[in-house]
Amino acid sequence: MIGFAFWRNGLALALVCLIIIAVALRAVHNDYAFFLGYIVFQYGALAIAWNILGGYAGFVNFGAGAFFAAGAYATVALNKALALPLPICVLAGGCAGAGLGLIMGSLTLRLRGVYFAISTLSLSVVLQTLIVNWSYVGGSSGAYIVRPKAIAPFTSYTEFLCLLMFVIAATAALIAAAIERSSIGFGLAAIRDDEAAAAALGVPTLRLKLLAATTSGAIMGMAGAPLPFYNSYLNPDSAFAVGYTINAMAMPLVGGTQSWLGPVLGALLLGSIQQLAVAFVSSSASLALIGLVFMGFVALAPQGLLGLFRLRRAEGAGR
Amino acid sequence: MTAPLLQVHNLSKRFGGFVAVDDVSLCVAPGERIGLIGPNGSGKSTFVNCLGGALARHDGVVAFAGRDLAGLPPYRRARLGLARTFQLPRAFASLTVRENVEVPFRFLDAGGGPASERAQDQLERVGLGDKARLRPRDLTQVDLRRLELARALACRPKLLFADEAMAGLSHAEADDILALLFRANADDGVAIVMIEHIMRAVTAFSERLVAFVAGRKIADGPTAEVLRMKDVEAAYLGD
Repeated sequence: MIGFAFWRNGLALALVCLIIIAVALRAVHNDYAFFLGYIVFQYGALAIAWNILGGYAGFVNFGAGAFFAAGAYATVALNKALALPLPICVLAGGCAGAGLGLIMGSLTLRLRGVYFAISTLSLSVVLQTLIVNWSYVGGSSGAYIVRPKAIAPFTSYTEFLCLLMFVIAATAALIAAAIERSSIGFGLAAIRDDEAAAAALGVPTLRLKLLAATTSGAIMGMAGAPLPFYNSYLNPDSAFAVGYTINAMAMPLVGGTQSWLGPVLGALLLGSIQQLAVAFVSSSASLALIGLVFMGFVALAPQGLLGLFRLRRAEGAGR
Repeated sequence: MTAPLLQVHNLSKRFGGFVAVDDVSLCVAPGERIGLIGPNGSGKSTFVNCLGGALARHDGVVAFAGRDLAGLPPYRRARLGLARTFQLPRAFASLTVRENVEVPFRFLDAGGGPASERAQDQLERVGLGDKARLRPRDLTQVDLRRLELARALACRPKLLFADEAMAGLSHAEADDILALLFRANADDGVAIVMIEHIMRAVTAFSERLVAFVAGRKIADGPTAEVLRMKDVEAAYLGD
């Protein structure tokens, strides 16, 4: 069972990190620091979310971009219809992602391996086609969003977005850590290793898989919800950009899939490499770099960074 | 006579045109020790897969503890007390030995203390207590078989299908596993259906013997009688 202490310590840790980040980024005294932080936290949330289904349960989802876009378009639709504030749009984006996860899960989670992967890929194509043809949210030409003025205590709206995205990522990490420590995490690991054996030992496999898909989808939707405000503009090409799907998968695999810390490390490493490449080389170089780093890890460290640490510790203990 | 624990009526399973299990009926009483024998491909494992719920679509009716099992997924059958081990050990590779046994404790019932302690007790009982922190890949074949049994017995089953639990083991190792099965039967009253090719073990264990040939049940009776039957002899040794 997960006790009170887990939530207390987790929340305290998240709060301390939030304060440190807020102070440090403001000390840099440059809006670019907030942009950078936003991107890294956004990828962190996406990667943690992908890992709940992909890493814990072993179902490789090629549709991360679709969940992300569902959250972003939930914001566009709600903003146009009711002009709701962003934090409520984030919750709505979470609901959109959760609903999509539940639907995708019920349609595809009886499939295994490559068949599941293919169906998630087609899901994202279907969703993009729907959005392109939905004129209310701008269709293929996209929609503009007017950024509100910064509200105290934030010095700029970008600062607000950056810290909001940190809160989303921290929530994702807490949820993922709670799942790992609970019976749900045991059940998902059993499903990943051998689904038939898990079912024979009393694990409600379909229910757990649906739960993982819904949770994962909800977090991805939440991570996508602030995007229209970040860009002041959203079109299908930017919401469904292939980079989101690739990063959501590459970051957990580079960091390690067994724990929530893996996607966080992956997001910090790959996210900052990408931003440095965008700033100093070119944006196309950044995707190529990700590809290279990813290939390197697959070949040399298939268990990711966490696997490397664990190996080092095991060798140290063996001596 | 006590009410049967498991009642199978006219169970058939087809794969395309091939009939893997052909109109088999079987009753198992609580606490019974049964041997299920038959040549390779005679439908024994398919039969177990139908009862366990892994192969949901089949003809015939299966009732367990007075309840029709039609449409129940495998995990619900496990909760009713119908457990099985697999022909090849299927340990969860990324979990430790103890965590492997924790899985059924976590999902089958809440009472009786923390799952990790109960899993440790269960491991002590099958002689794996000192290997609780290892991964399955570090276990020998006989220890993998022990783990498979420990996990299935952690479900607190009323009926256990032990599918070739001794395949590939040495004489002495097979005796160890046999002793575990005897103990589960005697101490906890688990009815056990042993599917086995090692005749020495089956005859020592079983009060009753059921023989399958080509998907059909050709014999069902006291062990000594079934062993004397001409059909059974022919199926095993040729005419």
